Amino acid sequence: MSASTPPSAPDPAVVSSMLDVRRVSVRFGEQAVLRDLTLSVPRGETLVIIGESGCGKTVLLKSLIGLVKPTQGVVSFCGRPLAGLTDRELTAARTRYGFVFQNAALFDSLSVAENVAFPLIEHRRATREAAYQAAIERLHEVGLPTSVMTKKPAQLSGGMRKRVGLARALVMEPEVLLYDEPTTGLDPIMSDVINELILRTREGRKGVTSVVVTHDMHSARKLADRIIMLYPVSRLLRGEPQIVYDGPPEGIDASNDQRVTQFVRGEARDRLEELSLSVAAD
Amino acid sequence: MASDAASNAPSDARGLGAAVGDSIADLGTMIVELIAGLGDFTLFFGQTLAWLFRRVPSRQLVVTSLYQIGVRSLPVVALTGTFIGMVLAVQSYNQFERFGMENRLGVMINLSMYRELGPVLAATMLAGRVGSAIAAEIGTMRVTEQIDALASMGASPIQHLVVPRLLACFLMIPALTLMAIFMGVAGGAFYCVHVFGVDPYFYFANAQESTGVWDLFYGVTKSVFFGVAIAVISCYRGFHSAAGAEGVGRAATIAFVQAFVVILALDLMLSISLDSLYQLIWPGEVAIG
Repeated sequence: MSASTPPSAPDPAVVSSMLDVRRVSVRFGEQAVLRDLTLSVPRGETLVIIGESGCGKTVLLKSLIGLVKPTQGVVSFCGRPLAGLTDRELTAARTRYGFVFQNAALFDSLSVAENVAFPLIEHRRATREAAYQAAIERLHEVGLPTSVMTKKPAQLSGGMRKRVGLARALVMEPEVLLYDEPTTGLDPIMSDVINELILRTREGRKGVTSVVVTHDMHSARKLADRIIMLYPVSRLLRGEPQIVYDGPPEGIDASNDQRVTQFVRGEARDRLEELSLSVAAD
Repeated sequence: MASDAASNAPSDARGLGAAVGDSIADLGTMIVELIAGLGDFTLFFGQTLAWLFRRVPSRQLVVTSLYQIGVRSLPVVALTGTFIGMVLAVQSYNQFERFGMENRLGVMINLSMYRELGPVLAATMLAGRVGSAIAAEIGTMRVTEQIDALASMGASPIQHLVVPRLLACFLMIPALTLMAIFMGVAGGAFYCVHVFGVDPYFYFANAQESTGVWDLFYGVTKSVFFGVAIAVISCYRGFHSAAGAEGVGRAATIAFVQAFVVILALDLMLSISLDSLYQLIWPGEVAIG
């Protein structure tokens, strides 16, 4: 692919994987968060990334859209490295993503309608009426009534905020959807509502590629075509891969890796001893 | 005891050497961080200027910023301007009266307000009222991932958050400065004429004779630089806010302190530059009447 090819014109025959991560490492100062990660997400797949808190799931998710720049390695979208894109190309590429943030990240100063319509007004130069009409459709899709349009994010419950965040991510009809812990902080019923909405949006949009970061195993099993589990770099030995599981959701329970079974079953095991040791060493 | 002291001596010497080494290393780290910070700030300012000319920001964002930054600062700037004018009158009256020059009090008050106190006061109030709020608001947006959300939607956070605030500070600070000057001049005149009983004819005649358009230009020109500095420093601090309530609070405090220091430093440099400009345009004339 030549450098002048716009990111909006990939050749599906040539580019089978939507997202590619090649030998990516991310460090913040002395702290290594991701180490030599390689993975690929084919078009239309729903990849779920699991792992304990602080293992780098969100950093990996943000690096897929260029919000975090890798210290080493290459992240590619439709076969084009994000680092090699100009500002204009990166902007064009990002309009093909939808990102659902952990706490929705709605703009406090804008109403729900303005939040959802924001990308349309920003990029498509849509009229306010047309953008609001599209916003209403997306809000209905996630089960929110028209009456929430004029509310400010602060007036919404946690579940409603997440759904508005999902509506905003869907409004540009993205090809890639990135979800950062979409069910965290919600009650089990609302968590399942969010899961069902994610499944429904996927069914309604054939070919959409999804990457979901979660540590909720119920969500992971329900949503995933494939699961990868990350392990914190600080707990790895030199040369050990950071991805400790990469496979279908039905295979994760049968994994022989103690680290995987510990996470899947939610067992503290050695961590309690570590806590005692760290208190003793204090 | 003596042998103990002797055996401790080399370790003390090593300890001293290590302490000096650590201090030099800390100093080096500080200098490197300072230079890196200045470079980062310069890049941020450059990107802001680039976005300023690349795309016109939304009218709604600019109008909101103009209102928040300009209109809502007007009462506090007017009030402080009035008091400063009156305080100047109170502080100077006895000195001027001793030499029988109380009729020239207006010259001193008006020149002070036009050239120094008007712009510096308006800028200080703006840095305190608006600069901290900008840093806190953008800092909160950073912490709650709203800035990431903007970027993830292909929108430039600098274009949406910094440019409207920069424009608002740039456009509104001259108006705030004029208000501070007017209220300070009015406050000083009120106190001199009505409380100290200075003859109003001579007070106003002397004041009018000694202050002119150049003095107004002097003050307003300074204020424009102050406004740009407040906006860029506050936005930069907000963008680099650390996580949590403490991080946002620190960003707001640092924004005010840095903006204030920069205002004072700019004040000195601009005073020197504007006086030199005056001499260049009107050689041999005295800038202050």
